[in-house]
Amino acid sequence: MTALTLQAPQAAERGRAPRLRHELRAIHALVHRDLLRLACQRSHTALVLLQPAVYLFALGGGLATLIPAASLGTGYQTYLFPGMLMMTVQTPAIMVGIRLITDRQSGYLREVLMAPVSRSTLLLGSCAGGTLVAAVQGAVLLGLAGAVGLPYDPVLLLLLLGGMLLASFTLTSMTLALSVTLRSPELFHTLLSLLMMPLLFLSGAFFPLESMPGWARGLATVNPLAYGVDLLRRCIALRVPDQAAVGGIQWAGRQPPLLLEAGLLLAVGGLTLLWAARRFSRPE
Amino acid sequence: MQPSAGDDALAAAALPTAEVTAPRAGEPPHDPGYAISTRGLVKSYPGPDGTTVKAVRGLDLDVRRGETFAFLGPNGAGKSTTIALLCALARPTSGHATVAGFDVVTQPHDVRRQVGILFQHSALDPDLTVEQNLRIHARLYGLPRRDVRRRTAEVLEPAGLTDRRRFPVRALSGGMRRRLEIARQLLHSPSVLFLDEPTTGLDPHARAEIWEHLRALRDRLGSTLFVTTHYLEEAENCDRIAIIDGGRLVAQGTPHGLKAEVGDDRVALRTSDDGRAGEVVAQAAPPDRPVTVDADGTWLRVPDGSAWIPRLCAALEAHGIAVHAASATPPTLDDVFFHHTGRSITTTPATTGGGR
Repeated sequence: MTALTLQAPQAAERGRAPRLRHELRAIHALVHRDLLRLACQRSHTALVLLQPAVYLFALGGGLATLIPAASLGTGYQTYLFPGMLMMTVQTPAIMVGIRLITDRQSGYLREVLMAPVSRSTLLLGSCAGGTLVAAVQGAVLLGLAGAVGLPYDPVLLLLLLGGMLLASFTLTSMTLALSVTLRSPELFHTLLSLLMMPLLFLSGAFFPLESMPGWARGLATVNPLAYGVDLLRRCIALRVPDQAAVGGIQWAGRQPPLLLEAGLLLAVGGLTLLWAARRFSRPE
Repeated sequence: MQPSAGDDALAAAALPTAEVTAPRAGEPPHDPGYAISTRGLVKSYPGPDGTTVKAVRGLDLDVRRGETFAFLGPNGAGKSTTIALLCALARPTSGHATVAGFDVVTQPHDVRRQVGILFQHSALDPDLTVEQNLRIHARLYGLPRRDVRRRTAEVLEPAGLTDRRRFPVRALSGGMRRRLEIARQLLHSPSVLFLDEPTTGLDPHARAEIWEHLRALRDRLGSTLFVTTHYLEEAENCDRIAIIDGGRLVAQGTPHGLKAEVGDDRVALRTSDDGRAGEVVAQAAPPDRPVTVDADGTWLRVPDGSAWIPRLCAALEAHGIAVHAASATPPTLDDVFFHHTGRSITTTPATTGGGR
C-alpha cells in the first residue's frame, strides 16, 4: 500500500526535471512502439518485403532479356534495384500515415495526446519511428544486392542505407502531413493508391527518365520519389562505376550535384514535417 | 526517497476520503482544497450552416480533493466535452478552470502530468502485450527507465493482471482490458483520475468488478475520482453528484442531499383492509397529502417517510386493522433528475439501485 502512495513525491520532482528530457522520452516511447509492432507483426513485414523481391525477380528477370544492357548502362535487374529499395521504404512510410488515422479512430491517439509533451514532439516521434522501421526493412532488402550483380561493399551498403533513411524520412513526413490533413481513411487510401503508381512510374524506378516524354520528365523533377531513386542510383555509380545507369534527374539538361539532391530531400522532408506539426498542434 | 514536505498528493491521501462536504460558494477557485474548480466554463463549436453549438454553457464546479464525484447526465449533455476541457485536450471558449492547482489554459502540461483519464472508448494497442502497452505509456509520461519497470509491476498487481503481463492485449476479456486501462492511467501517479463512462459496454458482473476496483484504488491512493455516468446506481455510490443537462449544471450535492431536496418518500402499507386503511391514514397523515389505494396497497408521499411508519401503524392498530407490511422508499436519483429537468434519464438499466 505504501509503495503506491509514496510515488507522489517523485512525480512532483519529475515535474521539475528538464523539459527536453521528457520530450525525448516521449519520442523514444513512440519509436519503441513502432519497433515492437515491427517485431510482433512478422508475417506483415515478410509480405512487405516480398513485394519488391517479386518485382525484382519476376518483372526484372523477365524484362532483363528484352532490354539490352547498352541502353541502360547496366543490367535491368541492377537498374531496377534502387527503385525496389524505394518501394520497400515507401510502404512503412505510408503505414505511419495509416496508423495515425486508425489511431485517431480507435482512440489511441487521444491517449497519446494526453502525454505532457508538445504535440510537435509526438508527431516527430511518429516520423522517427516510421523512418527507422523503413530503414530496417530496407536493410533486409539490401541483402539481395549480390543477386542483382552488386558487390557487398560495406561503403556502398552504408551509402544506400543512408539514402534510404533520407528518402524514407521525406516520404514519412509527406504521408504524415497528408494524414494530419485528411481525417477520413477512405480518402487517404484512395488518394494514395491514385498517387503511388504514377509517382513510382515517374521516378525512373522502372525505366530511364530520358526515355519518357518531356512533360513526364518535367513532372519527375518535382517528384520526391525520383530524387530518392536518383540518389540511390548515384550512390551505386559512385562505388561501382561499371554498373552506373544512364539518365536520372536533370535540371535544364544538367545533373544537379549529389549533395544538393540529398539536401533538397532533407529540406522538403523537414519543411513538410514542420508544417504537419503546426497543423497537428492547432488547439481544438 | 524523501517525501517532500507539503506534498499535495500525500496531503490528499491523508484526507478522509469518504467525507461528504457541501460546495462552498464563496471561496476562490484556487483554493488548494479543491482538486477541480471551474468558473463560467464555456465551450462552443462551430456547427453546421454557421451556427454555434454550445456544448458547455457556463459551468461552476468545485470538486474537493479525495472526493469521488459523479457527473451525471444523459448522453449529449456535455459530460465528455467538460472532461476534455479539464484535461487540457480542448481549449475553453471562455471561463477558466484549475485542475490539481494548475490552470488548464496556461499550464496544460502540468495539468496532464497530474491527471489520468479513462476515456469512454479507451484504446490499447491490441497487438502488443500488457507490459509493452504500460511501458510505452510510462515513457510517454517521461518516467525514467529505472522507474518504468517498477511502476509497471506496481500497477499490474492491484489490477490482478500480473500473471497476464506477457499476454497480448487482444487475448484479454473486456473487464481485464478496462482494468488495464485504469492501471495504465495510474502509472504516472495522478492526483485526479477522470473516468468517462468507465463501465460502458461491460456486463453487470464486470461493471461491479470495476467499481470494486475503483473504490479500492481510491481508498488506497486517496486520489480524486471524477466519474461521468448515465447509470444512476453508479452515481449513487459517489460522495457527491453534479447533474448536467444541456451543458448546464442543474443540481449539485450529495446523493442523499439531492434526494432530500426533492423531498418526499413514498410510504406504502399493506393491511388486512386497505379500503378502511385509506381513510385512517388520510386522517393520521398531514392534511394536504393525497392517499392512494390501489393493488399495491395504501400509499402516500410524505417527507421523512420512515418516521411516519410507526405513527401510521399505531393509528391503524387502534382501528383494529392489521398491518402486514410497511415501507418507506426515498426518492431515486431519477426522481431528482426528473425534478430538475422535467425528463427522465431513459437509459437506466434494469438493475437494482446501489445505495450501500
